[in-house]
Amino acid sequence: MGRAVVVIGASLGGLDALGVLLSTLSASFPWPLAIVQHRSAEDVADTLPLILQRRCALPVREAEDKDPMLDGHVYVAPPDYHLLVERAALALSTEARVSLARPSIDVLFDSAVAAFGASVVAVVLTGASADGAQGARLVKARGGTLLVQDPATAESGVMPLAAIAAAKPDRVLPLAALGEYLNRLAAMRG
Amino acid sequence: MGSDANDGLEALEIELLTQGIFRHYGVDFRHYAYASLRRRIWNCVHAEKLATVTQLLDRVLRDTDVMERLLLQLSVNVTSMFRDPSFYRAFREKVVPLLRSHPFIRIWHAGCSTGEEVYSMAILLEEEGLYDRARLYATDMNEAVLAQARKGIFPMSAMPEYTRNYAASGPKAQLSDYYLARYDFALFRQALRRNVVFAHHNLVTDGSFNEFNVILCRNVMIYFDRELQGAVHRLFHASLRRFGVLALGRKESLRGTVHEASYTELDPVEKIYRRSA
Repeated sequence: MGRAVVVIGASLGGLDALGVLLSTLSASFPWPLAIVQHRSAEDVADTLPLILQRRCALPVREAEDKDPMLDGHVYVAPPDYHLLVERAALALSTEARVSLARPSIDVLFDSAVAAFGASVVAVVLTGASADGAQGARLVKARGGTLLVQDPATAESGVMPLAAIAAAKPDRVLPLAALGEYLNRLAAMRG
Repeated sequence: MGSDANDGLEALEIELLTQGIFRHYGVDFRHYAYASLRRRIWNCVHAEKLATVTQLLDRVLRDTDVMERLLLQLSVNVTSMFRDPSFYRAFREKVVPLLRSHPFIRIWHAGCSTGEEVYSMAILLEEEGLYDRARLYATDMNEAVLAQARKGIFPMSAMPEYTRNYAASGPKAQLSDYYLARYDFALFRQALRRNVVFAHHNLVTDGSFNEFNVILCRNVMIYFDRELQGAVHRLFHASLRRFGVLALGRKESLRGTVHEASYTELDPVEKIYRRSA
């Protein structure tokens, strides 16, 4: 399979959901993870990575432009920037909001598909918007892996349902099981 | 978002497009950051109602109107007044004191787009009593956005956001003191641009044109690749006086660039640097 990337999108209720998901990831998880969590543009205190770090064995940091994308590192989109991935590095953009969102989950997923093709593993978590659905469709169209939080277990099921309506997920699971599935996937392919 | 073609083919088509534009029009997008450039190219493909990047190349080479639209789309012109209020607060606290000792202050605002941040800086300098000894050179590669910047007219609908930003930037007045509301537009006071020179300059192809006390280039180089970033950093270094100040966007840094060792950090969070060598 070669090198893969995990891209994760979360919105309303995402802080708790990401905490649970990241806490289940193995300390030797072999792939980089890039996260878009919708949040206010004025949330510049950079607290999100700190909060997530407390629950995660992997290093978590807020993405800076051109940061090298290291295996087993977790990168969070800064508020008011789109986060994109290239093969070896992260990229940021201040371009217009996409479906009212900046950062946009669709933008992250699209960039991951362009750079990693079928090696993308995309995860759509709780949220009250349809962001991520378009990206989910692209991931599946190129043979990547799509995981969606079970809408019944999500604080808001709107975003998971939109992703499920746009593409056929490989797995629909509650949070802890999603983390375990990522561990197994990485152990098999990594 | 068209990702139906395979990776290799899409990358080749994008390379041919930027090469074609450069050879035919002399405008160089070859060293723009790939991931976001690719998105904007696909936006153009769709806006022109085409199906592939190669079709866009065909159209752009034969139709200068398409080229003009593409030029606007490929350069990013999203900006706002007092974007990142904490940057302006840090500028007041850490840069303004350094500037007070200078009889004349030259500021280069590189990649100023439609001018929102230029007017923000003009207001700040006015409030700090430095405006009359300052000259702001505001440049952009794009004539259309410069024409807009010269007018100083921004939509009223943006004023609530700009007013919030301004209020958080450590201000000494009200934002509404600086503009007249006319129907859907806010007309900023002409006096704010009495020392502003709006001019065409392309960071990719044009050289140094003066020596500055301050260079502001926030969220511009994120659209460039590493190689082009290096070239622009050399240009800035050559255009900045010793102990001059360089301000980048909050999520940019000098780390790993050619001139990393030539600067000290004035504010590590707001990415304000001072040239030391």
